[in-house]
Amino acid sequence: MGRLVAALLLLWSLAAQAVIETYQFDSPELRDRYHVFVKELRCPKCQNQNLEDSNAGVAADLRREVHRLLHEGYSDEQIYDFMVARYGEFVLYRPKASGITLYLWLAPVVLLILAIAVVVLVVKRSRQQRDVMSYNDEQREQLQRVLDSVDQDKGDA
Amino acid sequence: MGRLKLFIPLLVFAVLAGFFIKGLGLDPRALPSALLEKPLPVFELPNLDAPGETLDNAAVLGTPALVNVWATWCPSCAVEHSFLNYLREREGVRIIGVNYKDDSTKARVWLNEKGNPYRFNIVDADGRFGIDLGITGAPETYLIDAQGIVQMRYQGPLDRNVWEQTFKPRYLELLMGGQ
Repeated sequence: MGRLVAALLLLWSLAAQAVIETYQFDSPELRDRYHVFVKELRCPKCQNQNLEDSNAGVAADLRREVHRLLHEGYSDEQIYDFMVARYGEFVLYRPKASGITLYLWLAPVVLLILAIAVVVLVVKRSRQQRDVMSYNDEQREQLQRVLDSVDQDKGDA
Repeated sequence: MGRLKLFIPLLVFAVLAGFFIKGLGLDPRALPSALLEKPLPVFELPNLDAPGETLDNAAVLGTPALVNVWATWCPSCAVEHSFLNYLREREGVRIIGVNYKDDSTKARVWLNEKGNPYRFNIVDADGRFGIDLGITGAPETYLIDAQGIVQMRYQGPLDRNVWEQTFKPRYLELLMGGQ
């Protein structure tokens, strides 16, 4: 039984090894930059994964391209430009704040300001209403008299 | 004014609903090609039909054409193939193939068996030209003008609907403009 499990485990590990890509890097610095790129770049095929997570063929090709460009001495800027020229701003998980993507960057700020404005208005309004609810001494006396008369009516009955 | 304020939530709802209804009809995978209005990327790659020879950008120029990225391992390409044959035979469309990450021998067998709609085929064995084109998979089809400028791109198998509704009007325009 133990031998069977061991044999199965062995098979399983072989299968797992087959999908792991191994890239050689000339320096640790290049490897670090590679890992930043595969996290920051979005797979154009399976859209909510980055290059690192995706099994799509095109993602594997793009990882290979990133590796190649890094070793050809491209700067970060040039690699991002390379990807944007082919796949558009879409491949960047952090698109540049210009053109149409400006909406993406500004929308949260605008919505936050709107939300704060609404909260301020609501709070102000409820304070005003509370002011209406509070009575001066004369009104309180009047109210007390009404309440007393009600009690008296009840006592009579 | 006070009364009108009551309608603000309704208004917000209507605007949101508008966006959502529009979103239902949109395909999030249909990305605009970054190549639109730009020339086809520079290439110099083997010719599938003439081993040993290479093709470059000069080969695609001259008349408007479809550039179709395909492979024998791609099931949708098999679906699409008969329509490409139809376009070539019945409508005389010039179709240029990009045999993408494929085995050239298998590709030649495929064309012998299913018919060959392509004027010629560019062999992109390692997928580098595919990346230059910005493709996400096969099949994908580009419409280029006589100067090799990309006019349209379609991801997925080309069929009669897509051809008639999006590609053909522009293709005819390009043909007229070229004369």
